[in-house]
Formats: sequence, C-alpha cells, structure tokens
Amino acid sequence: MSEVLEAPVQAKKEAQEFEPKIVAFLCKWCSSAGSDLAGVSRLQYPPNAVPIQVMCSGSVSPLYILSAFNKGADGVLVSGCHPGDCHYLKGNFFARRRIYLVQKLLKFIGLESDRFRMSWVSAAEGTKYAQVVADFVKDIKALGPQRKLKAKN
Amino acid sequence: MTRRAGVFVCHCGTNIAATVDVKNVVSELAKDDGVVFSKDYVYMCSDPGQQSVIDAIKENQLDSVVISCCSPNLHEKTFREASSVGGLNPFQCEIANIREQCAWVHKDRAKATEKAIKITRSAVRRSLRDESLTPLGVPVTRKVMVIGGGIAGIQCSLDLANAGFDVVLVEKQATIGGHMLQLSETFPTLDCSQCILSPKMVEVSKHPKITLMVQSEVTSISGFVGNFKVKVHSKAQYVDPEKCKICDDCAAVCPVVATNQYDVGLTGRRAIHIPFAQAIPASYTLDEEACLGLNPVVCGKCKKACEAGAIDYDRKPTTTDIDVGAIVVATGFDLYGKDKLGEYGHGRYPDVLDGLQFERLCSASGPTGGHVLRPSDQKEPKNVVFIQCSGSRDPENHCAYCSKICCMYTAKHATLYKHHVPDGNAYVFYIDIRSGGKGYEEFVQRSMERDGVMYLRGRASKVYQSKGKLKVLGVDTLSGRNVEIDADMVVLAQAMVPSKGTAEIAKTLKIGRDKDGFLAEAHPKLRPVESVTGGIFLTGAAQSPKDIPETVCQASAAAAKVIQLLSKPELEHNPAVARVRESHCTGCEMCVDACPYEAITLVNGKAHVNEVLCEGCGTCSGTCVRAAIDVKNVTQLQVFEMISACMGG
Repeated sequence: MSEVLEAPVQAKKEAQEFEPKIVAFLCKWCSSAGSDLAGVSRLQYPPNAVPIQVMCSGSVSPLYILSAFNKGADGVLVSGCHPGDCHYLKGNFFARRRIYLVQKLLKFIGLESDRFRMSWVSAAEGTKYAQVVADFVKDIKALGPQRKLKAKN
Repeated sequence: MTRRAGVFVCHCGTNIAATVDVKNVVSELAKDDGVVFSKDYVYMCSDPGQQSVIDAIKENQLDSVVISCCSPNLHEKTFREASSVGGLNPFQCEIANIREQCAWVHKDRAKATEKAIKITRSAVRRSLRDESLTPLGVPVTRKVMVIGGGIAGIQCSLDLANAGFDVVLVEKQATIGGHMLQLSETFPTLDCSQCILSPKMVEVSKHPKITLMVQSEVTSISGFVGNFKVKVHSKAQYVDPEKCKICDDCAAVCPVVATNQYDVGLTGRRAIHIPFAQAIPASYTLDEEACLGLNPVVCGKCKKACEAGAIDYDRKPTTTDIDVGAIVVATGFDLYGKDKLGEYGHGRYPDVLDGLQFERLCSASGPTGGHVLRPSDQKEPKNVVFIQCSGSRDPENHCAYCSKICCMYTAKHATLYKHHVPDGNAYVFYIDIRSGGKGYEEFVQRSMERDGVMYLRGRASKVYQSKGKLKVLGVDTLSGRNVEIDADMVVLAQAMVPSKGTAEIAKTLKIGRDKDGFLAEAHPKLRPVESVTGGIFLTGAAQSPKDIPETVCQASAAAAKVIQLLSKPELEHNPAVARVRESHCTGCEMCVDACPYEAITLVNGKAHVNEVLCEGCGTCSGTCVRAAIDVKNVTQLQVFEMISACMGG
C-alpha cells in the first residue's frame, strides 16, 4: 500500500528537484557578447545552460544537437545574431533553415520539439539572453527529463 | 603522443571567487585526463599571473593551456601572448569564461561551481585537440572610405589624407558640410559656424588625396578588414561641377519651387539650385524629383540659359566599385521629429520651431538675413519660449537618453535671441542644466546673469495656439507654481536621433546598433571608435549625441585608428580557417553555396578553401553532410568533446 502511495510522491519530488541539463550554442559576435553583457549587468538567470561559443550559429551542425541529446541534454539552445545582422553576412539564415528541419526531425522521432530552441540575441541584448535562458529552463522543467535520445549506459 | 594541458583558474579578486569555489574547480580539473598542471591565482591577468603561465609551460612542457577567467573578449589576447612567450603556439591557449557567463549571473555557489567546472572542462577538451597555427599574411589596400561629409567625416578625411592615405569621401547630399553648416554660431565661443567649417570644406575639395563623391550612397560591401570591396551608387550629376560657373542664370529661369532643406523648410528654392553659397563641390545641382521631368520638351529652360553648357539631362546614375582597406562611418544625426511631439503641436504651428530652424533665423545667410522674425508674419517676436528635453529623457513617450548638447545650444539660442532683440524676453524650460565642458558652465551662467535669460525649472506640458499667441503651459518646480506664457515664438530643443539611413548603412556594413539606434562601438569605454567588425570605424553623432569639439576629437581618433591599421605592411589573417578532408568530400558543392565569402571552390572534384578569403565562420562545416569540412581548432570532433564536457561526461 505504502509503495503505491509513494510512487507519485516520488515522481513529484523528482520533478521538483529536476534540474535540466542544457547546452547553449552561442555565436561569438552577438549572443555570446549578449551573454557577456548579461554578466556585466549582473542579471541573474538559472545556471542550467552551459554555453559553448561557436563562431556562427550557421556552424551548428544538426549532429551537434543530436549529439547533445544523445549525451543526456534535456534541452539544446542555439542563439545567433538577428536575421540580417549576421557577422558573417548570412550564416544565421542557414542556421534558421537547418533548425526548422531539425525541429521537424525531432518531432518525427517523437521528441518534444520544444526541447530544442533557437533565439536571436544581439550583443546589446543582455536582458534578452537572461530571459531566453530563464524561459527555456522553465519550459524544460515542465517537460521533465529527456530520455528518448539519451544513450543507455 | 599524449597531450599535456595546464589549467589556470582566476579568482578575479572576489568577482569569480565569491560565487565559484575556485579551489574546487582546480582540484576537479586536476583529475582529468591530459591535465598535468593546474593552479589558481587571485588575478591571472596580472604580471605574476601571466608569468606563472609562462613558467608552467616551460617547466611542465605544456602543449595546451586553458585560462578559466573572464570573457575571451577581454584577455584572450593577453594569455595567448603570454603562452607565446612561454614557447607555446598562441592558438593552443583557450579561455573558459567563468565570470560573465557564470560567476556574475548566478548566486548558488554549488551550482555555479559545477557550471564553472563544466565550462573549464569543455575548454580543456577543446584545447587538447588544438593544433599549432600560424597567422596568414594578407596584403592591405591603403585607401579609406569615409561615409558622411559632416564635420566628423570632413575632419577624419583630412587627418587621413594629411597622413598620406587616399580617401574616398561619400556624401548623400549634394554638398558636404552636414548640420554644422546650418548653424549660426557655435557655443561657447559664439564663433561663426560657417567661418570655421568652410576652410575645412575647401581643403577637402582641393586635397589631392581626397576623392569626393556627393549624392552617393554605399549599396553593398564585401571582403574583410584591409581588403573591402564597396559598391557606391551615385545619382545622375546633371550639372557638371567642372563647368558650372555659379552664375545663377539657371535658377533664375527655373519655374519650380521646392522646399529648401538647408533652411529646414523656412524658405523655398528652385529645382536647380546651389544648396548654399559655400557648397562643396561649388556647383549648382538639379533636384530630379522636383524638376519638371528632365525633358527639354516639357521645360528645358535651365539648359538653354546655361552659357557654360554645364547641364546635361541625359546623365545617368552610376555605380562605382571601390577597393578600400578601412571604412569610417560618420553618418551623423537628425532631430527627433516634431510630428512626434503632439504636446507641442505636432509641428502644426509655424512659429513653433526646431533648433536648426532657429539657427537659420539667427544666421546672416538664413532666410531673414540674420534677423529673428516669426515665420508666420515676419514680425519680431517679443516673448520666446525655449523648451529643453523635447523628446529627450522621456522613456515613457519618447527617447530615454539625454541628447547632451541641448542645454548648451538652448543657452546659445537664448543668448543670441537677446543679442538680436535686447528688449525681448527669453524663457527656458529645463529639467536640469548639463553644462560639462570647457567654458560651458560659464556660458550658461552668462546667459542668465548678463543676458537676462529667464530659466524655469520644469517641463512645459503643452503648447497651443489661441488668439494669435502661442500659449505655453508649464510648471516652475522651484516656486511650485504653474506657469502660462503668451509666447510669440517657441523653440524646441529636440532630441538627437541617428540620421535617416543609419539603420540601412548599419545593415549594409554588418555593424551593430544600440537600443536607441545609434551605431554600436566595440567597447563602450576602451574601443569607442571601432565597430565590432574589423576595419570598420565609427565617429560623430551617428555613434551617440555629441557636440562639435567632441565630434572633431572622435573623428581624429578614428583616423588614428585607421592609420594604425593601414600602416602595417601586411595584416595578419586569423589562421583558424576551414580545411577539407578530401577523402570524405564528394564534391557536392553544398559548402560552396553556403560560404558567405566565396572562399570555397571545386578543384578536381573536391572542395578547396582559399584561406585568405575564409573568415572561419564554419557555415560550411554546419552544412556538410559528410563532415568533410572543418574549421581548424573548432573541429566537429572538438565540439563533440565540448558537448560531453558540458553534459558532465
């Protein structure tokens, strides 16, 4: 009897304690600079997203995203310059197209497409970066841990 | 061979150490494969900190180094140089940003420490696969393009040309001079604006090193620092400046009257006109929008009247390709639109003027010959109200920022008015007086004490017309009373906003803008005249509101930065460029299409990278389905390793 009762309690407790693991691919010129500005402005946001600086959001291969999920990420964020403002002229347009397809693919294989997000954060948008991470962490918490693509050890 | 990494974790005083358990980061990283040396230090960027990196490289034969500290934008250069002194290839030194991206944005010490470990480990994994790279030498085009021919562009062009560089000065209008030429006098000395600017304009026109392109705009740009290719579109030049004798015969017969922008709409001018007497190039110009159609059948009067034969209706717009090594953007400001200021009449009342219109009224070259007369009835106004912060410092409704120069130019306007109309009353509504600058505070005091300008501390809430008067409602917060003034004229000190077209030029050049639309500098304090894009510099009011001395100062600063850049025999090009793994490449050309720099071509059925053109963005590697192309030192393998580290593996 007690086991039956404890199971949902345990699940609820797990959900409360669940701290999502998130990888954030940030382009060097806009979003990484924007996250630096969030730092300089001492804006507080959840520590779940670990940043990886890439030169351009256009360099983020779908393999990176799948690899992150495979390694246990609960969410993956790719953040680049606003469309039209890419430091490399058009890299983020490639990113945008690719990301759309990756989202379709994730959905197709049964993973919540919300686990993968793209945002446009400029070097002046420290506040936006903090908000993007905070929102993403909140949404991923609601989805719970990602197990579908995680490698079974 | 197993790699040997060294990890250095910085406390940054307490900036990092207050939130991140630095010792713990060091001890955790020390356990990692490949890490043979690790330490923490209170300030890694200090001399002893750098020396410890140098020593550790030598003593432990390190072949990769990770500094876990602040943003790579700050000290990557410092530590790469230190690594180089220690005998390590600088491209084998990586920065882990645990300050801006970790310590400063989190409070929970345990979680922040865990994140700092992941960030550092990720950098270590990357560094263990970093290869030794040598910068590529790239030739430099010793020519500069300056965009915008106001005082900022003029000063910058002259400084560059006098240093021996070829300059192309591109101006949208038919003449250089910008807003400064519209001014009557300048604060705080009250010297005549045209008298100090026109000699510089003449110097520009005569300078053998300066090519002036008026009625021209930059339409596209390609290339990179040291080697830009710029396309400039020029409107058709119907009047040949070489032949024009400035005799005015053409304007005398022109039947069309258009608004005179130089007098800010206070007067009219003909379709064929000279913008003002000192225009450079010294020539009449034909406003094709106002002209009856450039068709001799319809009009053609001016062509017939021109004895010099300077007018040719068949001229066509041109596009010119220009190679330059650096670009300076000096596109200036506009006044915040009066139409946005509903409380002051939306620009409906003819006697509510903007600051530039009032300048024209005071100017001897202006519509009234230097007499302050009301536009509506040409009478001398006896009560004039000046409203500061019209559109500035009003985050709810208008611009949040202070436009910086309005306190001073309002004091100047009120003083000039009192000089023109000694028996008149000048009232100034102000929030605060900001008069920092050499001789500025004294100037404001003089306007009150000697010239009797009445300063009222408070905002004017409304301007409306009643019985031929302009009623100004406001509040004097010092006496705590509401104020109502029957004014003959109202002058608004409107906010400065980036000039029309700033957004466009920023987009064309791929340089950022700040939240208010001004061009964004690379660092607000330490790199004030550089954009984030190498080789593109900023100056003048396009970057932020500023007055003439500050603009001139910044223009010379930008020139100095350009000279510094172009004085090197060749530029170093980042060697972290794309590389093709030929065994994997099938010649599908996806990377060729994706490359923003046309750096990839197909050679013998395989992708080939032109390393000088490649900027290392990695769009190719993100596109390649066979992982056949990679950017050196950010290879896919390295990114996979970094992802593992971020996941705690």
